[in-house]
Amino acid sequence: MTTALVSLKGIVKRYVRGKQRVQVLHGIDLEIRAGEFLALMGPSGSGKTTLLNLIGGIDRADEGDLLVAGERINALSARQLARWRAHNVGFVFQFYNLMPLLTAQQNVELPLLMTNLSKTQRGANVKAALELVGLADRATHKPAELSGGQQQRVAIARALVADPTLLVCDEPTGDLDREMAEQILDLLQIVNREQHKTIIMVTHDPKAAERATRQLHLDKGRLLQAESSLAA
Amino acid sequence: MKFLPLLWSSLWRKKARTIFTVLSIVIAFLLFGLLQGINAWMSAFGTGSNANRLYVVSRVSQVQPLPNAYLHQIDAVPGIKQSTYIAGFTGFYQEKSNTLVGFATDVKAWFDLYPEWQIAPEQLAAMSRNRAGAIVAAPLMRAFRWKIGDRIPLRTSVMKRDGSADWDFEIVGIYDVPSTQAEANRILVNYAYFDEARLLERGTAWAFVVAVDDPTRSAQICAAVDALFVNSAYETVTQDEKAYVQGQLRQLGDVSLMANAIVAAVLFTLLFLTGNTMMQSVRERTPELAILKTVGFSDRAVTVLVLIESVLLCVLAASLGLAAAAAVFPVTAALGIGGSALPIKVVAVGLAMALILALASGLPPAWRAQRLVIVDALAGR
Repeated sequence: MTTALVSLKGIVKRYVRGKQRVQVLHGIDLEIRAGEFLALMGPSGSGKTTLLNLIGGIDRADEGDLLVAGERINALSARQLARWRAHNVGFVFQFYNLMPLLTAQQNVELPLLMTNLSKTQRGANVKAALELVGLADRATHKPAELSGGQQQRVAIARALVADPTLLVCDEPTGDLDREMAEQILDLLQIVNREQHKTIIMVTHDPKAAERATRQLHLDKGRLLQAESSLAA
Repeated sequence: MKFLPLLWSSLWRKKARTIFTVLSIVIAFLLFGLLQGINAWMSAFGTGSNANRLYVVSRVSQVQPLPNAYLHQIDAVPGIKQSTYIAGFTGFYQEKSNTLVGFATDVKAWFDLYPEWQIAPEQLAAMSRNRAGAIVAAPLMRAFRWKIGDRIPLRTSVMKRDGSADWDFEIVGIYDVPSTQAEANRILVNYAYFDEARLLERGTAWAFVVAVDDPTRSAQICAAVDALFVNSAYETVTQDEKAYVQGQLRQLGDVSLMANAIVAAVLFTLLFLTGNTMMQSVRERTPELAILKTVGFSDRAVTVLVLIESVLLCVLAASLGLAAAAAVFPVTAALGIGGSALPIKVVAVGLAMALILALASGLPPAWRAQRLVIVDALAGR
């Protein structure tokens, strides 16, 4: 039996927007096993990204218990949480979020800057990550010199460079055409199968979700029935 | 060093804005370097002065003439070894830009009183034989390509009895003061000739220079000299050389106060300019800073990065400004209003000011970066 890498129990999240207090997540219970490729689907405003942010440790739950890789991340201080993120989570966003004036290799190196790795070690890790995403020959290019798909691959390399346990992807193909999207999904599948990374991906795209090993649907902050699917 | 590409890319995100900010800081610190350099030079002016020399001037003002007859009374004060008078003129040779200062004095006594002024004995002797003779500073001789025996016509501020302000002198000697260039733009002429020929203020002097036997008794001698003329029409102030020189500089106004006021106004303006630039820069980079936090940079690390960015901007630009001031300083020295090199103390104070400016202007954006909430920043809120 595979142990749960991510465990959520009774997770509640509320936001204050102006004078309104909005409850986004209503007592989410969820377990995600190590090595899973999970697709989170649901309509806009259903709480998908909020749930992803909580699991990735860039937001905090108001209630409930959240364990990731054995760490109760809700109990960590801001500094401990930053350190935890650096070692355990890789992030991929819809709009890539690369530093425009840094080259691909400098962008990929960012998560390693807060580690104690030597320059040589950092260089080796960056090279390996860029090779994995097939962009070793574009290492010195800046984001503006790369296509959308290439930029997203650089973002994936940045997410993987610190060898995290968990990859959280928020609409990673949302800004790409079908062909590019398929390439990115291929890459995520390779990372999941060959690098054994656990991936949680938020998507609106049913075709993208089909690549996952499990799909979950959220609606109005509640999980609907879980449905397993085999990767294509 | 590993953060340098990140810092550098942040600085150059908006090239034009950074260039203009850098230029503002460079110009501000160029101004700072020049003004404070001149200030420091003026403060230090006279530090190499001769402790044996005292100056007697009018209590009213250093430019108020005193009667010549005072010299005999001053000579009689115990402890005074030698004395002479100084009168003179300002003027120019051929072009108004060729300004000169002429001292009319007892030239032989002058060279006794100022042993650091060097002249060949035969040239000094020639001066006593030629009433309209002049001894000229070596740099002036070189600048105007004069030679001994030349007659030099000077347009001056002093009217002659014939109604003309043009004076002719014959060069009979050359002096040099290796220890300071500031005194190398003068012409010495015979007081007797000058006083007899001038129309106004005859029988007066700007000041009396006095040599004392024992510099440790200067204070008593100053008091004794001034006591001679208390309640007279021309009361005096006697002071040592350093105080006298600095008093002359004060005739220009409180240069130090003006320089400090200008520098303070410039730096205060710069604080807002740099602060605004940093604030804009951080505001524009909100999503990028959020990404840094997302990938593991702590709040503190992001704060420090923004502060270092501010320090880099200010200190590098200030260094350029101070370097420019150091390059320009010898030029001001050539004009007679500065030392030959920018004092190291001014450079150190300038860099400290740049650091304070960087921290003061960098703190608000750094604070903003620290408080940035990742999910809000990524969502563009």
